[in-house]
Amino acid sequence: MSEKVPALTKIDEYRWLIPRSGKMNVPGVIYTSRLLMESQGADESAKQVANVAHLPGIVKYSLAMPDIHWGYGFPIGGVAAFDMNTGVISPGGVGYDINCGCRLIRTAMRLQDIQPRLRELATALFQNIPSGVGSKGPLKLSLKEEKKVLAQGSRWAVAQGYGTAEDLEATEDRGMMAGADPEKVSDRALERGREQLGTLGSGNHFLEIEMVQEIFDRQAAAAFGLSEGQITLLIHSGSRGLGYQICDDYLAAMVKHMGQMEIPLPDRQLSCAYLDSGRGKDYLSAMACAANYAWANRQMLMHWSRETFEKTLQASPRDLGMQLLYDVSHNIAKIETLPLEGKPVRLCVHRKGATRAFPPGHEALPQQYRAVGQPVLIPGDMGTGSYVMVGTQRAYEETFGSTCHGAGRVLSRTQAVKASRGRGIAREMADRGVLVMAGGKGTLREEIPEAYKNLDQVVDVVHGASLSRKVAKLKALACIKG
Amino acid sequence: MKHYKVFKHTADLGLEIYGRSLPELFTHAALALFELLTDLHRVKPNGRWTLAVSGTDREDLLVNYLREVLYLYNGKGLLLSDFSITDMEEGFLRGEARGESFDASKHTIKKEIKAVTYHQASIRQTAKGWQGRIVVDV
Repeated sequence: MSEKVPALTKIDEYRWLIPRSGKMNVPGVIYTSRLLMESQGADESAKQVANVAHLPGIVKYSLAMPDIHWGYGFPIGGVAAFDMNTGVISPGGVGYDINCGCRLIRTAMRLQDIQPRLRELATALFQNIPSGVGSKGPLKLSLKEEKKVLAQGSRWAVAQGYGTAEDLEATEDRGMMAGADPEKVSDRALERGREQLGTLGSGNHFLEIEMVQEIFDRQAAAAFGLSEGQITLLIHSGSRGLGYQICDDYLAAMVKHMGQMEIPLPDRQLSCAYLDSGRGKDYLSAMACAANYAWANRQMLMHWSRETFEKTLQASPRDLGMQLLYDVSHNIAKIETLPLEGKPVRLCVHRKGATRAFPPGHEALPQQYRAVGQPVLIPGDMGTGSYVMVGTQRAYEETFGSTCHGAGRVLSRTQAVKASRGRGIAREMADRGVLVMAGGKGTLREEIPEAYKNLDQVVDVVHGASLSRKVAKLKALACIKG
Repeated sequence: MKHYKVFKHTADLGLEIYGRSLPELFTHAALALFELLTDLHRVKPNGRWTLAVSGTDREDLLVNYLREVLYLYNGKGLLLSDFSITDMEEGFLRGEARGESFDASKHTIKKEIKAVTYHQASIRQTAKGWQGRIVVDV
C-alpha cells in the first residue's frame, strides 16, 4: 500500500494534480478549492485517488469531485473510466448501495398551498413510506416477480400501476439498465431484496419537501419546469440489502482470484475483474439487476408520496401537478461512448458518489431537456436543501460526463454524535425552518449539518470548473430521515 | 482487557479488535458487531447456528467470517450474543453462534451495520496477543 498521502500540485483554481508515481498507470486529478481543502482536514481520500490509478486499463486520469471523502477502496466522489479491452470493473468502484440516487418531483404548488398543512403532510409521509432500520415493504413478492423487477426496473413498477410512462422518460436509462440477468444474482441477495422493495432505508437516505429558493439559469429552469416559490419533493434512496449483497458476493469472488490476475493492488477493496472476462460480465449483469431494483424502488416511493399528498391535501393529481423532473444514479458503473482525445470511445465509467452530467444535444436525454442538457440533482445535508444543475460539454470532454453528487462528509458518524451531545437536533432544525422526522434514534445526530462540507462551496467548484451549471437552489422545508 | 475500540473513519466505522489468541480475536470481532447493533443484554442465546468459512489468508478469513455472521442478521433476522470457534486452520474455520430471532417488542437496533469491507483490514501479533482492524459500512 502507498502509505504516504500524495503531494498535490495546483493546476488551476479548481484542479489539483496527483502526479504519476510508483505503479500508478495514470495521474490523479481532484476538483476542489483552497477553501474546501482547508475544511477537509486529515483525510486519506487523495491517497485513494492515487490507489485507483493503479487499476489496469484506466484511461486519462483517476478523478475526484469536490465532495470527495474517505471511502474504502475508491474515494467517495471518485470517477474512473476503463478501456473495454484492457480495463477492469470493480464492485468497490460502484459501492455497496448500487444505484443509490435521487429523484426530484416538481409540483404545481406554492409555499402558501402547503405551509399550514406541512406538519400533517410530513407526518403522513413518515407513516406511509416505510423507512428506518430493517424496514419492510408492503409487498410480498414471489421469486418470479422479484426477478421481473430485476430485469425491468421502473418499467415493472409502472406496469404494476406505480406511476406513468412519463416517469420513465424522466429517469436516467429510462429506469431500466440493459443487460440485467437475474440468474447472476445469488439466493442471498434475492432473499434480502424480496421484503425491502418500496422502502426508503436508513442512514443518509431521505425524503424531503423543498421550495425553489433561487433561480440561476432562467432558460434551463423553464425547461425543467422550475420557478421561484414552487414546492418540490426530493427522494434519496438505493437498492437496499439486495445491492449490498451483490457487491459483497462479487467482491468476495474477485478477491479470491486477484492472486491469479497478478495486479498490484494497494487495497483489497479495489478488487476487480477484466471487463472482457466471464466474472466481469457476470458482475455487470448482476449490478444492472440492482440498478433496476433501485429504480423500481424510487418509482414506488414516489408513487406513494404522490398518493399521500393527494389524500392529505384532498386534492386531485391535476391540482397538485406532481411530475417527475428527473432521476439520477450516483453509485454506478456504465458502458458509455465518450470523447477521448477527440474520438468517440466505448468506456466503462465508474461513478462512486458522482453524477452523470451529459451536455445539451446528447441522445440519452429525454426530448424535453435535450436542448438545455441533463438535469443534475445535488442533495445537501438535512438543514440545507439541494441544488438543481445542468450537464455541460466540458464535463463530457473532461470528466467522462460526470460531476459531484452531494456535500460529502467531513465528520465521521462517531464524531458527529459526539458533536451533537446535549443538543436537541430536531429543535435546532426547526429553528432553521426545517421540520425533521427520523426513525432511528442516532440518525439525526449522525446527520447534523456540520458533519458535511458546505454545499454552496462544493457546488461553486463544479459550477466554476464548468462540470455542471447552477440552475436552481432548493430550500428544505420538511425532511423524513430513515 | 477491552475486546475492541472504535476508530475514526469519515464515511464509516473502524474497529480495532483485540484477542489473546487468533480464535478469540475473531469471536471478539463478531461480538463487537453485535454490540454496536443492539443491546446484547436483551438477547437470549436460545438458538445455535454453525458456520464454516474459508479465506485466502488471515485477513480474508476474518472478513469472510464477519460477513457470514452479519448475514445471519441482515439476511436471516437473527441477533447473536455468543460466539465460539470450534476449529481453525490455515484459511479455514468452523464456528458456532448463539442468539435468537429479532423481536421488535423486546430488541432495539442501535446502529445498522450494512457490510464488512476489506478496506485497511489487518491482523497482527502484538506483545499481548493479537490485534485486528476492520472498517464496516454503516
